[in-house]
Amino acid sequence: MKFLGFIIVCVTGGLLLYGTGEFPGWGDPNSPASTHLSNYYIEHIIEETQVPNLVTAVLADYRGFDTMFETAVVFCAGLACFLLLRDFRPKKERFYRHSPTGIILHVKNPDKILKTGKEFEYMDKDWVPSDLIIKTVCRILIPFIQIYALYVVAHGDFSPGGGFQGGVIFGSSLILLAISYNLKTLIRRIKEKVLGIYAAVGVLVYVGIAAICMLFGKNFLDYSALIPIVWDPHHVRGLGMLGVEIGVGIAVTAVMAIIYINIVSEGRHDEGL
Amino acid sequence: MTDLLPLIVAKYNYWLYVILMMIGLYAMIAKNNLIKKLVGMNIFQTAIILFYVSIGYKTEATIPIIQGAHGGHGSHAAIHAADYINPLPHVLMLTAIVVSVATFGVAMALAVRVYQRYQTLEEDELRMRLSEE
Repeated sequence: MKFLGFIIVCVTGGLLLYGTGEFPGWGDPNSPASTHLSNYYIEHIIEETQVPNLVTAVLADYRGFDTMFETAVVFCAGLACFLLLRDFRPKKERFYRHSPTGIILHVKNPDKILKTGKEFEYMDKDWVPSDLIIKTVCRILIPFIQIYALYVVAHGDFSPGGGFQGGVIFGSSLILLAISYNLKTLIRRIKEKVLGIYAAVGVLVYVGIAAICMLFGKNFLDYSALIPIVWDPHHVRGLGMLGVEIGVGIAVTAVMAIIYINIVSEGRHDEGL
Repeated sequence: MTDLLPLIVAKYNYWLYVILMMIGLYAMIAKNNLIKKLVGMNIFQTAIILFYVSIGYKTEATIPIIQGAHGGHGSHAAIHAADYINPLPHVLMLTAIVVSVATFGVAMALAVRVYQRYQTLEEDELRMRLSEE
């Protein structure tokens, strides 16, 4: 099998390398990819959308449908992870830790549930104490990561950034919290239901803004229809893009967290990694 | 051989992506462990992403953000397409990265389910367990 695979790979690679002989040189301004559509985008983007960042403008305006279904794909990935892995079976035994002394209680009767709070905290048998240095450093870092994520989303129209990138950065800050403390801490901050609602709301914001355009009598996703309700009619398309990017960011953040939580704890939502 | 070397030097970017892609393809075909196959899939996707991004590059061009258009109301010089790199591959790859993350997440979830049921991620052992049932 290994030998056969190697031969297949060599043949495919040889054909592809042979094909590169016909390709345009690297950085050739007259290559076919850079001569037709992209020149139109570059030359007309300011008069048509007033958004300097070409990537955001093409992503959220010219190719708005693509991005909308992309967001739906991300939502479906989160949904698939949830449906494949989520495990609602009640646990047979429980472990509680007495916070002041560190004594661990093992409760074998599944009906007996201790009240958790300041005195007792719920845990499982994979529990390991977190390192103080890691916890402190991450606690300081996380707010800055989140602020930066919001900056990336908000400035997507003018500088490198956008909803996908900002959403991933925000999601990674949540994952950092789950790694440095434990999964329970993250789930206490953001409930599973809230994450699910966020993922759906993100898609809904995108589709909603597109549908509002229809309500004003223009096409689906034609942001110029929003002129009556925005405060800056000159930048109406930029504001419409900002709106959909915020929706994308919310959906991506929530789906990142859902995928991480479900995979690390195999759907049990206990201690995780 | 003397003809081949200038060809490689002129288009070394494509050669690198093809090699990277073939590493990913080989991992997907020949590796026995499902997680290693997933890593191969990710390497393959990365090669495609790099390939697209390099297509968008133009020499002596800058990033695709129009200069001097921030906050202004349309008073700026004419925009030449040769001054900015092609934004279209970047847009396509931005969405491709997101799809690759999504597919990777779902694939990991499936791998976790396979492990929960068969207690292994090795392909030959999985085939053995399946034929036993």
